[in-house]
Amino acid sequence: MAGRIITLTSGKGGVGKTTATANLGVALARCAQRVVCVDADIGLRNLDVVMGLENRIVYDLVDVVEGRARLRQALIKDKRLPELQLLPAAQTRDKSAVTEKQMIKLCEDLRKEFDFILIDSPAGIELGFRNSIAPADEVIIVVTPEVSAVRDADRVIGLIEASEKPAPRLIINRLRPAMVRRGEMLDTADILEVLAIELLGIVPEDETIITATNKGQPVALENRSPAGGAFMRIARRLMGEDVPFQTFEDSSGWLERLSHLFKR
Amino acid sequence: MNFLSRLLGRPPEGESAQVAKQRLQLVLAQDRLNISTETLNVLKDEMIEVISRHIEIDQANVQVSMTSTTQGTCLIANIPVIRARSPAPAESAKRARAPRQRSRA
Repeated sequence: MAGRIITLTSGKGGVGKTTATANLGVALARCAQRVVCVDADIGLRNLDVVMGLENRIVYDLVDVVEGRARLRQALIKDKRLPELQLLPAAQTRDKSAVTEKQMIKLCEDLRKEFDFILIDSPAGIELGFRNSIAPADEVIIVVTPEVSAVRDADRVIGLIEASEKPAPRLIINRLRPAMVRRGEMLDTADILEVLAIELLGIVPEDETIITATNKGQPVALENRSPAGGAFMRIARRLMGEDVPFQTFEDSSGWLERLSHLFKR
Repeated sequence: MNFLSRLLGRPPEGESAQVAKQRLQLVLAQDRLNISTETLNVLKDEMIEVISRHIEIDQANVQVSMTSTTQGTCLIANIPVIRARSPAPAESAKRARAPRQRSRA
């Protein structure tokens, strides 16, 4: 069975593309899917450190594309999850080291071996973005509830629609439910209304993402963290399961409830 | 801390999410159509000119903006009407009743 090539992109940097790619990779692998995460951010390699696999890189994506290494030599197996592998980006080259055609060929080869090929796109809408989108069957847009991120997401959605790919789906990352309740943060409904795009998942702001990234252990490896749970739900949705969206109504802390009391 | 600001007598923060949404709707509508604020102002002046031929309007308070919704991009004109100018007999039935008229295009 041929795998699905899914690219995660955002336009704006710093919204959590790499974290989302790593965690979706982990979550899908935990659902017994064979997954490869591909770091397409050539020159600014990061997916390896977020996944905690940086010490095991021998060859990278550019080595494979230029024929210095075979695909199997460059792929890094995640020891925690036998189904999960990483194809790291080159750190000492730049975006122009790879062409769209080479990316398509590479991903077609990966498609034979994996159920999911997750491509972590660089920020921006230039060459690196186009290289990441070229092989994709599906595109996931990552956005945070901020004016700048939503605006850039809209621009990227327009570019993807123009490239005759199927309509992208949206992950809203770093949502802070308490702020939304106070009317101080864009809500899911607001973002969906302005972007007119299908929702794939909502990931709440979660400090454990930072501690997990410090250690190179994606939060989706365990069940306790809210963000990890959110990525597990997204993975199940990607596999076609009908998983209801979380409302985050119960996550307000005691301070929040106390402040509500004072408001009345 | 909302309750602290209340205790200290500070005014409560406005609902900045609504502000964010409105700013986004305007900026996205402009991005999508690639239309400048300048063009929008020319459009507004010309609309005022055409409408003023038939209806007396409060020209200083005319607002023309763009917004984007799930249905697509909308041009919203908010035009306060003062009174009709010498309505033609056939047109009298269509006279604006509300003080504010909202037209969508």
